[in-house]
Amino acid sequence: MIRINCPYCGERDHSEFSYGGDATINYPSLDSSEKEWTEAIFFRKNIKGFQFETWHHSNGCRMWLVVERSTVTHEIKSVKPCHPNLQKVVENNK
Amino acid sequence: MKTRRLDNYGKINRDKILSFSWDKKNYKGFEGDTLASALLANNIGIVGRSFKYHRPRGIFSSGVEESGALVTIGSKDRRDPNVRATTQELYNGLEASGQNAFPNVNFDLAGINNYLGRFFAAGFYYKTFMGIPPFEWGRGTTIWMFFEKFIRKAAGMGSASELPDPDSYEHAHDFCDLIVVGSGPAGVAAAIEAAEKKLDVILVEQDSLVGGDQLAENNFDNSQIKNQLENLGIKIMTRTTAFGLYDNCVVGLLERVTDHISTPNVNIPRQRFWTIRAKHIIVGAGAIERHIAFNNNDIPGVMTVNASKHYLNRYGVLTGKRIAIATNNDSVYETAQQLSEAGANVTVLDSRTNFEIETNKSFEIRKGYVPYNINGSKKIHSLDVSKSENMNKSETINCDQVLLSGGWSPAVHLLSHRGVRPKWDYSNACFLPSDSKENITMVGSSRGLWNKNDCIASGIAGTTDALNRLGISKTNYFFPKPGGWKNPIQPLYEVKYKKSRSKSFVDYQHDVTTDDVRLAYREGFISVEHLKRYTTLGMANDQGKMGNIIGLSLMAELLNKEIPEVGTTVFRPPYTPVSIGALSGRNVGKHFRPLRVTPMHQWNIDHGAKMIEVGLYQRPWYYPKENETLSDSYIREASTVRKTVGICDVTSLGKIAIQGPDSTEFLNRIYSNGFSKLQVGKARYGIMLRDDGIVMDDGTSWRLAENEYFMTTSTGEAAKVMSWLEELLQTRWTNLNVNVTSVSEQWAGVSVAGPKSREVLNNCVDDYLVITNNNLPFMGVTSTFLKGNIPCRIARISFSGELAFEVYVKSDFANTMMDLLWANAKKYDGCLYGLEALGALRVEKGHVAAAELDGRVTIDDAGLSKMASTKKSYIGSAMRKRGVLKNNDREILVGFFPTNLKETFNAGTIVCEKNNIKGQGIGRITSVTYSPELGHWIGLGFVKGGLDKWKDTNLVGADPVRNKQMNLKVVSPHMIDPKGERMYA
Repeated sequence: MIRINCPYCGERDHSEFSYGGDATINYPSLDSSEKEWTEAIFFRKNIKGFQFETWHHSNGCRMWLVVERSTVTHEIKSVKPCHPNLQKVVENNK
Repeated sequence: MKTRRLDNYGKINRDKILSFSWDKKNYKGFEGDTLASALLANNIGIVGRSFKYHRPRGIFSSGVEESGALVTIGSKDRRDPNVRATTQELYNGLEASGQNAFPNVNFDLAGINNYLGRFFAAGFYYKTFMGIPPFEWGRGTTIWMFFEKFIRKAAGMGSASELPDPDSYEHAHDFCDLIVVGSGPAGVAAAIEAAEKKLDVILVEQDSLVGGDQLAENNFDNSQIKNQLENLGIKIMTRTTAFGLYDNCVVGLLERVTDHISTPNVNIPRQRFWTIRAKHIIVGAGAIERHIAFNNNDIPGVMTVNASKHYLNRYGVLTGKRIAIATNNDSVYETAQQLSEAGANVTVLDSRTNFEIETNKSFEIRKGYVPYNINGSKKIHSLDVSKSENMNKSETINCDQVLLSGGWSPAVHLLSHRGVRPKWDYSNACFLPSDSKENITMVGSSRGLWNKNDCIASGIAGTTDALNRLGISKTNYFFPKPGGWKNPIQPLYEVKYKKSRSKSFVDYQHDVTTDDVRLAYREGFISVEHLKRYTTLGMANDQGKMGNIIGLSLMAELLNKEIPEVGTTVFRPPYTPVSIGALSGRNVGKHFRPLRVTPMHQWNIDHGAKMIEVGLYQRPWYYPKENETLSDSYIREASTVRKTVGICDVTSLGKIAIQGPDSTEFLNRIYSNGFSKLQVGKARYGIMLRDDGIVMDDGTSWRLAENEYFMTTSTGEAAKVMSWLEELLQTRWTNLNVNVTSVSEQWAGVSVAGPKSREVLNNCVDDYLVITNNNLPFMGVTSTFLKGNIPCRIARISFSGELAFEVYVKSDFANTMMDLLWANAKKYDGCLYGLEALGALRVEKGHVAAAELDGRVTIDDAGLSKMASTKKSYIGSAMRKRGVLKNNDREILVGFFPTNLKETFNAGTIVCEKNNIKGQGIGRITSVTYSPELGHWIGLGFVKGGLDKWKDTNLVGADPVRNKQMNLKVVSPHMIDPKGERMYA
């Protein structure tokens, strides 16, 4: 079982979270072309090693998180809120 | 028959006699016995029949690796098959019986398979019954499936009860710094060391007693150890198996809480499934003694050497009188001495010629001898032996028992669960655990240490390693070197039989012989993974704990390679079987999943509602009067709504409060239709698309104030929409000042629908003027009060196509609201209506719901192109006409009538052209209902090209699953009041 250290709730089982997806995607603006959106939605790197991915603490504080996880070992290097303002709050409370 | 129990041996409680039954006959045992030790004490040699050949089988071991003594415990709804007699503790009244035999294990008619053995080699069934030689008659899957039923019956194990499980199971959770698996000398040393260093320690032991292999020592007293552990505050969990290791130091445990008790307290679960989250794991799981493959090495009376020591010293049972011990290593000599002291006549055959061992000379040692063949069928008469240099029968030893030790395999299983491959150690002829990068440390004989002092030292070293890795200390430590015997082991896996037909078993339980391994090699299944699947080696209950290494060595020999080059299969959880009941825990029956009810749930039931599950929600399905059936009832309800008025609980819809200065902009981005000009006091129906342009959900949003909206979603998608909105706000549009809050449970909602709905509401609201057509026009929203000063929100929204209102009050007022509305609706001959009538009404109107919006449908497919704004960009706007989504032969929403209006049809019917009824046709029917208004059955669904293409064509509805076919007519999905005059009334 993966254990994720939620910045608000503390370390919890992954069953409390829902997997989101690739956290490194910059979604294009809504008026961007079909081509740009196709790139953003359908093309994914299949990373072996650490990748940044979003997880939703859906059965907890409901924060969306960026988790840096190894796809090989499930080791988690870092967890932080997706929202920059929440990131600042977490940093300030450290 | 004489008992084999010795007076001065064993740690069983002889004051407490337990009676039990074996194959319906009664026997006695003692407290502290296992079923296996009690059977042995009662001189019962045959306890099972083998999987394929139905050969008689006895007890091979004294632990979890058992592959012979698999028995059925209990009867009726508590019948538990394939239980290892060696780990089942005896209790008063225990019922046990043999398996895979008719009429019983002593005389089994299918034993004839043994003489037909050459027909039953690996792959026999598949080769034969997938096309019967010589003409390959009946080639193909059908014939295989026919034969398979009989084959499965003939080969097999015990059968589980088909009755519901009467026992309860529990899931439990715990945390600790260090979990130690195994309470042998290494595990105990590790636990004590860690507890003394102030770590929070859990010690897990699968046996009922702590001690590990020391329990087989004649002078071992475990009470001292237990006291010491308890005094240090270590949590000791006996009868608990660590069955698997998972990511982040999570350990799965199965605790057998009442499996050893004759009449357990009904309030206690039978088993507990533990999830332990530790910071470090120390595995001292011990090692498992291997057997040796030679002809007839499975006759009852064959056992591992260490098992015999267990039965003698722990249970006081002398397993044989004239015992031959075959070995290739030093580990057997202490046992040989103890057995001979206990009165057995012991001969040790050691395959090695050149070694020194100190004994008391009470038994004979034959250097350079190996076992060759056992004579006997239901019991051992004698053993043919061979000199190890020529492997040919040289003489025969009279004996009633043959004990085997072909070396020891460290239990590396748990580490293997983490993907760490073990490495082969030539000098000890076994796989040793490799180091793990995770916080897992192997100690004791599971890292190949054969003597007690080394094991204790490794336990302390293991804890030091743990402390270092946890950053608590920085201490140097070293592990003792693997091994520890005075003389080196000599690899010995098989003694080849010279005659053509041999039965040298590698895997006892699945009847895999050395010949099967050779056959697999000849037929090209040389990779270990293929070998395993072709012969089923290691796939039995014991998962190859004893036989795997022998199989590997045979393949290595055939390939002219070394064992490490051949490799090993990966052990996966569980280490020993885990019952399905324990996995499901309390999540059975009503607790299988959460049950959600609306605040007027009881009110609905009190007013005659029959309920139906929608997702997790219980919703009113229909409200039958007297003897009404479902269809009588919903037809009456739907007609009443069209004629007068009906009330329907719609609380299960998702409800989200959207607040903040950027709320309007937010809604404008997520809905396909425009929201920027929605006035305060108005609601709008909206459709949300996914990023890829497919419809996600539909619902309404009400503008309550400048910066405040109330959104409703469909029942099924409520959670998904909520997560989606949060994702957008937290990850993509972080500069928007919007807050979303789920208020689904805070508000209770009803729909009041029908031409008389306004009149009903007039009597229910404080001030009827707020709901006049002028003040509350179609899609108008107001916050007002119901009589009795109950604050409410009312919107003029219609799903049924009639004049209708949705009324929401805070959940606490739900019942008051229902009483009030129902009392007034009755005055107009109104009704309560459920989901079935709601469905009929919306199908008549051509409104899409979950059956239509199934994740494959675009906004155009759903006939809602008008809802797609061209004046703005929104989620999905760039993608909704991509690639195939813009094809003009897409399936488009239409209505269906049966050509013969007296006919009926079902959802799921495939729509086809006449004369071309096949495959997926040209469309499908997604929702059907009887239309009270039209007086016949109608359907909604999709057809390629839509209404324009097919409106004058007769199509066919094919329903092969229900063996139905009917002619269909395609019509507009808006089957009633297409202009919506009633809604605006």
